[in-house]
Amino acid sequence: MAKRIGLATWQEITTGCVVFDPGSASEYHTGSWRAQRPIWDNAKCIKCGICYVFCPEGCVQQSEDGFFKANLDYCKGCGICAHECWPRAITIVEEK
Amino acid sequence: MNIVENFDLYAPRLINKKELLSAGHRACTGCAEVLAVRLMCKALGENTVIASATGCMEIVSSMYPTTAWEVPWIHVAFENAAAVAAGVEAGLAGLRKKGKIDDRYIKVVGMAGDGGTMDIGFQALSGAMERGHDMLFVCFDNEAYMNTGIQRSSGTPMGASTTTAPAGKISSGQKTWKKNMPEIMVAHGVSYVATACPSYPLDFIRKVEKAKSIKGPSYIHCFSVCPTGWRCGSHLAIAMGRLAVESGVFPLYEVENGKYKMSSEMPKKLKPVKDYFKAQGRFRHLGEEEVKTIQHKVESEYQKILDKAKYLKAWD
Repeated sequence: MAKRIGLATWQEITTGCVVFDPGSASEYHTGSWRAQRPIWDNAKCIKCGICYVFCPEGCVQQSEDGFFKANLDYCKGCGICAHECWPRAITIVEEK
Repeated sequence: MNIVENFDLYAPRLINKKELLSAGHRACTGCAEVLAVRLMCKALGENTVIASATGCMEIVSSMYPTTAWEVPWIHVAFENAAAVAAGVEAGLAGLRKKGKIDDRYIKVVGMAGDGGTMDIGFQALSGAMERGHDMLFVCFDNEAYMNTGIQRSSGTPMGASTTTAPAGKISSGQKTWKKNMPEIMVAHGVSYVATACPSYPLDFIRKVEKAKSIKGPSYIHCFSVCPTGWRCGSHLAIAMGRLAVESGVFPLYEVENGKYKMSSEMPKKLKPVKDYFKAQGRFRHLGEEEVKTIQHKVESEYQKILDKAKYLKAWD
């Protein structure tokens, strides 16, 4: 299957347009859409994981020390994590 | 800001860590529907085949030549997601009988939006449920045809402004009540029917797991907030779903073999629907009288479900 993003030529199209690479959408980085980014304050974080559960992208990951961090390659900056975080450990800041 | 009691229950260790819908899908910022799909995949696990009708979830997850899915997934036309899921289920059973595939249990899931379930895909769904295929059908209800630009569907609630039921001098948005799809599925004699909302992730995951364990047709009606079409802030997607449940607009319950059971998430006293309408641009034009009518309808519908949960038990 073609590795590059974009339209395939007719020679490259598979029968029935079947895609053989599961999860290949992650080649495209939706982080470029972002207008604001979440910043975690680990002093307030209680490691409940609510940001991980509610992230529509599934881009919030737990690091080895138990705190959470967003993968900014995919984070679209929706602000759900900051709104739902009840110890208010996450703030949303404008992207510069 | 909502304060979560029992936050231990939200620990991510209770949820399957494996992501079966990869990041990089093209859903709008703050889409709760894609969150619902992500949680559904976590609950279903890897031994799943999904047939998806046309809709937002097909467009955002399968930009050719890439796909966000990590389970076998087939896109079919608007009207036949349930028919294809039924066919896949029958095909797998046939192959298993001939010994061509191994014996592991594979759950077949059909998914569609509210248009693909309530309007266009309705007769295929009705047929699949009546034939009793061993499949789960999940409706992701965002209350209009959001993918094509917010046209009304039969899932659009009374008073909501859409591009084909616009609010203005003469009209005040949608003129009809929302179709009660879970009740229609209960009337089919489906063994498990549930309503769920991704704002209550553990409740939602538990319901999908329960539907997965049932051998026979099951139906889950998932309420998924669409910030784009509902004209609310993208950070409010989870809060809106919670308000819809707390105000009784979308009560959470499950029906197992005809027995109604309210979810434990339902509050004792409902909030006014006004709170739910306030943050949404699609209800902004509604006046006092219209809100009062809707409030009355919501309360009576909620009371109906409460009565069914209470009195249908008495006949056991």
